[in-house]
Amino acid sequence: MKYYGLVDGTEASLKNFLKSLPGVDQVGAEARAAMLGTRSIKTSSKKKAIDLAISMVDLTTLEGADTAGKVTALASKAVRPDPTDPTVPSVGAICVYNDMVSIARKHLDLVGGSHVPVAAVCTAFPSGRATMPVKIQDTIDAMDAGAGEIDMVIDRGAFLSGHLMDVFEEIVKIREVCGEKVHLKVILETGELVTYDNVRKASFLAMLAGADFIKTSTGKVAPAATPPVVLVMLEAVRDFYELTNKRIGVKPAGGIRNTKDAIKQLVLVNETAGPEWLTPSLFRIGASALLNDLLMQRMKIRDGYYASPTYVTID
Amino acid sequence: MTTFDYAPALESRTIVTIDPQYGHFINGSFTKGSNHFASINPSDETVLSHVALGSAQDIDTAVDAARVAYESVWSKLSGKERGKYLYRIARILQERAREFAVLESLDNGKPIRESRDVDVPLAAAHFFYHAGWADKLDYAGMGNSPRPHGVAGQIIPWNFPILMLSWKIAPALAAGNTVVLKPAETTSLTALLFAQVCQQAELPAGVVNIVTGDGSTGAALVDHPGIDKIAFTGSTEVGKAIARAIAPTKKKATLELGGKAANIVFEDAPIDETVEGIVNGIFFNQGHVCCAGSRLLLQEDVADEVLSKLKVRVAKIRVGNPLDKNTDLGAINSSEQLLKIRELSKSGDDEGAERWSPPCTVPEKGFWFPPTIFTGITQAHRIAREEIFGPVLSVLTFRTPQEAIEKANNTPYGLSAGIWSEKGSRILWAAQQLKAGVIWANTFNKFDPASPFGGYKESGWGREGGRHGLTAYLKDAESNNE
Repeated sequence: MKYYGLVDGTEASLKNFLKSLPGVDQVGAEARAAMLGTRSIKTSSKKKAIDLAISMVDLTTLEGADTAGKVTALASKAVRPDPTDPTVPSVGAICVYNDMVSIARKHLDLVGGSHVPVAAVCTAFPSGRATMPVKIQDTIDAMDAGAGEIDMVIDRGAFLSGHLMDVFEEIVKIREVCGEKVHLKVILETGELVTYDNVRKASFLAMLAGADFIKTSTGKVAPAATPPVVLVMLEAVRDFYELTNKRIGVKPAGGIRNTKDAIKQLVLVNETAGPEWLTPSLFRIGASALLNDLLMQRMKIRDGYYASPTYVTID
Repeated sequence: MTTFDYAPALESRTIVTIDPQYGHFINGSFTKGSNHFASINPSDETVLSHVALGSAQDIDTAVDAARVAYESVWSKLSGKERGKYLYRIARILQERAREFAVLESLDNGKPIRESRDVDVPLAAAHFFYHAGWADKLDYAGMGNSPRPHGVAGQIIPWNFPILMLSWKIAPALAAGNTVVLKPAETTSLTALLFAQVCQQAELPAGVVNIVTGDGSTGAALVDHPGIDKIAFTGSTEVGKAIARAIAPTKKKATLELGGKAANIVFEDAPIDETVEGIVNGIFFNQGHVCCAGSRLLLQEDVADEVLSKLKVRVAKIRVGNPLDKNTDLGAINSSEQLLKIRELSKSGDDEGAERWSPPCTVPEKGFWFPPTIFTGITQAHRIAREEIFGPVLSVLTFRTPQEAIEKANNTPYGLSAGIWSEKGSRILWAAQQLKAGVIWANTFNKFDPASPFGGYKESGWGREGGRHGLTAYLKDAESNNE
């Protein structure tokens, strides 16, 4: 059913739906996230969590200075994060700018990584400030180049000025462009939405409009994937599943730099949305530096001591 | 589906040294004590140590020591000097925080996460807070140079042993009193460790005296003619007995007694945080909290949604070894308390309420009770009226805000209440109507040394904490002239 039968495509119904959502108490949400941050994940659980986290990483490079060389190196690393240990899983995807997609796709296929999708950031990433035809063409280009996943940004200006329908229609349009085969992640840029109430509203708006994933941030704005923001988004996908029987994924991105942070994210998933979400098809972590820390911690568990950082590849 | 089980993450207990036997702490040193009884770990029923049963003679010796210390040392020290000792104690509590937390969890059964993150830091905070008051008593609103009472007799419960000790001792010492404190029968060990802290801080002998024992020891303390002020936290029943005992005397008293707090959820509440607050309100410290939110009042139009989310959340509560850092709900403190919880829960079944607990396995040994929710409750049910002091929530509903207030106030208790609403005007209106000493809005079980705590009606007399609590340890201008 269109829009899951929860809204009918009119502005009034969208606004009514979003208005009906309960508020988020800031102090309470932050306290809950902080409490879950005290979970102590040790020994066998830690080992398992590290491999799970590796398989969920969207290994990312989104720099003006990106080159073919940088992207191919990233692609190799994505397929075999630790060349000395074949038991290390591949990452969830690699995430690049539009013009790097074909280079990434070709190199992944070349090095035996045809199972690793390429995610492209689209719709005038990171600001989202472009006309709709440009955003659509941006998306088409990425798909033509072989992107299996599209990470689009929402128009935060429209959201903050109350033009919710504009935001909704943009997502609906990009969803149409993506079709059913290409995975659509919708970036809310929670650092610009600021309040948890806005995060909850934007999460539901994106899900109703057809997102496969809701993603916290571009990585270009701080704060990014803070634990309370991710908590609110996980509550949203949990509640959306109750309403529609459909599971939407969550992707925190930005600021998750070490194993401890990554494991805290997994605990949030486990105790909020539930263990059903603990799979790369429903939870991803957008990161670059994180992967090497996960590899270092994995070596520590395997060998019993911390190796020199020179034992992990820089990219 | 991936499962993410948390491997045991046990806090090491090697940091604590427990002697096989303890005497009392009187006049700066430990006595041998007599009639020792076992103090057990409620999570596995192993014996941790043996503590002495304080006799009337022990109380007499302790009160004499406190009197001498008061007359000769403590009352002669300036506030600034007293403050130095309190700061020193506060810092030592912080330095030895891990030790106190582990010992508290062993002796009481509470999860290490709570003893580590709540009990011990708050205990230190109470000493810091009151240390700051010691040289500022002229500004406590009781006239120039308010005087202490003299010797305070203090009796504390087993639910927050080291925290209740600090609530009692810190203001008493800051105001210039000396104390004789009796910890609860089942939880003496952190008080005895605190006695070591007093030695470490080189607190003058006799300023703090700790006499362990049972109800008879407490009664001897209350009845002792050398006591000027009683501070008691515990059951309403014992509180009433104390009030009767001291009625013909000049003894002052503060009584911190039972409660049956209403936690009121309005239709516009922030639902997810409300669910957390309900869990925190009744399952924090196994529900062994006098201000626990044990009566949940749900507005009817959100009752189903809140209850279903609450059950999902309660099913995630991790019950088990108190020393596991991931444990949320620990052991019931004693077999006696477990029996009481069982008896009251059975009355819920017998009176037709519907009992729900999530599937959870509890350890075979020790005293355990699963998180439990009773629905289908009315004001007439015993479990809606009597304090259970366990992880048992009674759920009632209401239709209008007025009805919520009437139900909330329809209890002989009045210690605390909770309000959940996103509407500020409703929160302020409800807070004005509720007859409870502490009212939390969109939170629950939050404590701070600067905030006075205490009850209406049968929940007690006086306040502890803040300036209000401090005044309970000072003579007002009128008494000064006596």
